[in-house]
Amino acid sequence: MTAGTRASKESVDGPANQDEGALQSGHRGRPSSGVESTAVRGASRRRLPIIASISRLIDVEIDGKTVRAPEGSTILDACAGLGVDTPTLCYSESLAPVNACRVCVVEVEGSRVLVPACSRRVEKGMVVSTDSDRVRHSRRMVLELLGSSVDMSLAGPDVARWNEVYEVDAQRYGPPAPASAAGERDRRRPGHHEAPDGLTAANVAQPVKIDDELYIRDYSRCILCYKCTQACGEDAQNTFAISVAGRGFDATIATEYDAPLTDSACVYCGNCIGVCPTGALMPKSEYDMRQDGTWDESKQTTTRTVCTFCGVGCNLDLHVQDNKIVRVDSPKDHDVTHGNLCIKGRFGYSHVHPAFPGD
Amino acid sequence: MDLRLSSATATDAERSAVDALLGLPDTRWEGGDREDAADARIARTGAVQRARRTELLPVLHAVQKAIGWVSWGALNYVSLRLTVPPAEAYGVASFYAMLSTEPQAGRVIHVCDDVACRIAGAGAITDALRTQLGEHPSPSGACTFLDSPCLGLCERAPAVLVQRTGLDADLAIAPASPGHVPGLLAAGLSAPDYPEPVESIPQAAGPDRDKLRLLRRIGVVDPTSLAAYREAGGYAALDRAMDIGTQALRDEVTASKLMGRGGAAFPTGRKWSAVAEQSAQPHYLVCNADESEPGTFKDRVLMEGDPFALIEAMTIAAYATGCSYGYLYIRGEYPLATARLAAAIHQVREAGLLGGTDILGRGFCFDIELRRGAGAYICGEETALINSIEGFRGEPRNKPPFPVAVGLFAKPTVINNVETLLNVLDIVVDGGESYAAVGTPDSTGTKLFCLSGYVKMPGVYEVPFGATLRELLDLAGGITGSKRLQAIMLGGAAGTFVTEDALDTSLTFEGTREIGASLGSGVIFVLDDTVDLLDTLTRIAAFFRDESCGQCVPCRVGTVRQEEALVRLGRPSANGARGDDKALLADLAGVMSNASICGLGHTAATALSSALKAGLLDNAFQRADAVRTGAAGAKSATTSAEEER
Repeated sequence: MTAGTRASKESVDGPANQDEGALQSGHRGRPSSGVESTAVRGASRRRLPIIASISRLIDVEIDGKTVRAPEGSTILDACAGLGVDTPTLCYSESLAPVNACRVCVVEVEGSRVLVPACSRRVEKGMVVSTDSDRVRHSRRMVLELLGSSVDMSLAGPDVARWNEVYEVDAQRYGPPAPASAAGERDRRRPGHHEAPDGLTAANVAQPVKIDDELYIRDYSRCILCYKCTQACGEDAQNTFAISVAGRGFDATIATEYDAPLTDSACVYCGNCIGVCPTGALMPKSEYDMRQDGTWDESKQTTTRTVCTFCGVGCNLDLHVQDNKIVRVDSPKDHDVTHGNLCIKGRFGYSHVHPAFPGD
Repeated sequence: MDLRLSSATATDAERSAVDALLGLPDTRWEGGDREDAADARIARTGAVQRARRTELLPVLHAVQKAIGWVSWGALNYVSLRLTVPPAEAYGVASFYAMLSTEPQAGRVIHVCDDVACRIAGAGAITDALRTQLGEHPSPSGACTFLDSPCLGLCERAPAVLVQRTGLDADLAIAPASPGHVPGLLAAGLSAPDYPEPVESIPQAAGPDRDKLRLLRRIGVVDPTSLAAYREAGGYAALDRAMDIGTQALRDEVTASKLMGRGGAAFPTGRKWSAVAEQSAQPHYLVCNADESEPGTFKDRVLMEGDPFALIEAMTIAAYATGCSYGYLYIRGEYPLATARLAAAIHQVREAGLLGGTDILGRGFCFDIELRRGAGAYICGEETALINSIEGFRGEPRNKPPFPVAVGLFAKPTVINNVETLLNVLDIVVDGGESYAAVGTPDSTGTKLFCLSGYVKMPGVYEVPFGATLRELLDLAGGITGSKRLQAIMLGGAAGTFVTEDALDTSLTFEGTREIGASLGSGVIFVLDDTVDLLDTLTRIAAFFRDESCGQCVPCRVGTVRQEEALVRLGRPSANGARGDDKALLADLAGVMSNASICGLGHTAATALSSALKAGLLDNAFQRADAVRTGAAGAKSATTSAEEER
């Protein structure tokens, strides 16, 4: 592709003027030091060291206020320090940022396009706006585009709040198109699609994939945030059972040839469930209760305990309803596991429950 | 990496196709026999094994070529050979339009239905194929057909590309017609006599022949002979470059004020210096020959007609920036250019001017690997191209860091377009100052333009920067068809539509910027007033929807919503009101240009926005409304007639 990105002459000088939109001959300005560890997909992507080196504090201006942020931290970190509410969907503190959802974008003076707060490092003298018209517009549109194509009903209270804050109207793209048949979206050919009729809004609705008794995949709810592939891949489990397949709007999260999970490399650690932000991946126990209408978070308690299976010492959050464990998570901020578990910790709890009713 | 593979196994033919490229596996870790006892005690893992992933796309190409599709068993074997998890290998295989993950007929006829070909009768070819093969040809049949985005043969539109399984090379036919269809489907389809590239350069036959610089050797020097190239002065530039040394070489390029010709117009000298100064080693050179912008074919003509010049220019660039290895990434749809470059690289290597030898006795080693794309426009974006070479999905990376610092294999990388590199030869021979004397102060040198559509002599034209659109049209013999200009698509599908009042715009980086347009990749696609512009724009909207990589939300969903809204706009409206959908399109343009990761999303709405802004679709809207009024009138007449009865 040799698309026509315009190089504006004013934006080619100075370290704060890096423009992420350039094609082909597209770098502008010199990358600052320390940027190597930001999200670069492929061979070069590595997570930040857990023990950070001592870093200088640098001054950054955010919405007119000056904030001191450690060199190497992100705009998102700096915003959090100021108490600025920044929407995020594909970001997780336990994963390398992929900045794919673009809902966290902010305006940086000197940059032609908006930049993702979750991955862009602060630089000395950076001037950031988090609430300009452009920022609000882009955030609203990202939420609308997702809202009109994906079932976001289990995306949590934060998303519901942002939908209000940014006055999201996902209905204006028309009524949703009928759901695809099972497996149809997995077989679409890259570079080809049926011409739309404009009467309905294309979406990712499709039947739920249930391959086993441990967890389900409801890709009607998938926003392609890449978190599950990262958790399955080099950010946590190193199993690589799933990947993004296909292209464009027809891209999906898939095993090879859309094989059932039971025939894939999946080891059922469930770490993908732990990072899924929209309920697309869910323990079968939770899914069944939701289908039966018995899932009731107001009746649930959460108990933090230590997993009893081995000596690693993973922390568990046991979600209990009606004196039964209905779901197990691990706290993301725990310094042993960073939210990750294995099949036993996450799914191996049925021995706690009586084997027969009445026992 | 501990791979877990399904039980699907490769057939002997599939294994042979892979082994022909990679050599036989020497342990069971790579899919060899399980008989060697030592294997049980040796693990082939770690960085060395993972580094083999860069072979992924070439191996998938090899399987596709030999078998006609990439089966599960073949994918498992490829995964094993390269230590790539099968799910990720599938993610890559399913990313490219020229690879199939389902069984399909052995011969795939890709019919270009993009902007230039569709006004030149591509539809009739598809219709003829449909008549012969049916709507959905059987995968077990001999032939099938698919619509294709721009094949880069716009000067001879309409074009088809025949992708063939087995030993036969892919071939391109342009201009094609329904009359070709029986031949395309016949068993013994033979390679066409390709027109020589000089036929795509109308200036070569005219009085301007002596003014050509980048194009001067095409049609004069045999593109298949290194000896002919050297006789015509080839490799004098490399000799001089090595005489003056790397620093002076970069200074010359900086002094020339050469700007990248791929679309982003970044100063080449600054890019080279940025890479040369990086302490990380090794440095890599990449030539971006993934020319896929609809309406663009200049790089194809250069590569077909002057392949040795590109190789020499790459060698100079590598010398200037301290690279010992370079990749030439050419789009998968260019069979003739690929064959000529492969042959040229072989000859140059044999002559000791590439490879592990001491080039020209100056203690410098450099080699080039030719890589083919597989049908993905996005891979022309430099960081997507890097991911594609590395064996990952062709998804753009976030910038910064920029490739000059963290590029291919996370090392400093120079990426230049074909045309940009070819300019370097004259800069080295004539000096940067002298090069900069041509053109305007801010846009130096000459520029190639791709003229197609309704012009008398479509083709590649070379003019000094500063020529106007009108002058280009005159050079090409003026507008044909109705002879009345409707619009010009300037810069490509990612460019802008301009009208009559832009004809005196100076075609420079600064001149086009002034009118809110860009040179892009040098596309000048001319539409007379008989062309249905709504149809053209609908094709462009479909193009971006198809070619979006799907990584970021603004582009992945935005391009879908843009196509839907445009279809609605073209419908008859009740009262001529189209405000909602126009507002929606403006909103989509905003988020795509502001918040997408890469240039594809940033420019996916540009053409449509410019056409709406210029009112170019108003006629189409009125026609649509007239149809509705007419239909409503007819209907009410019928109703009243029935009532009378």
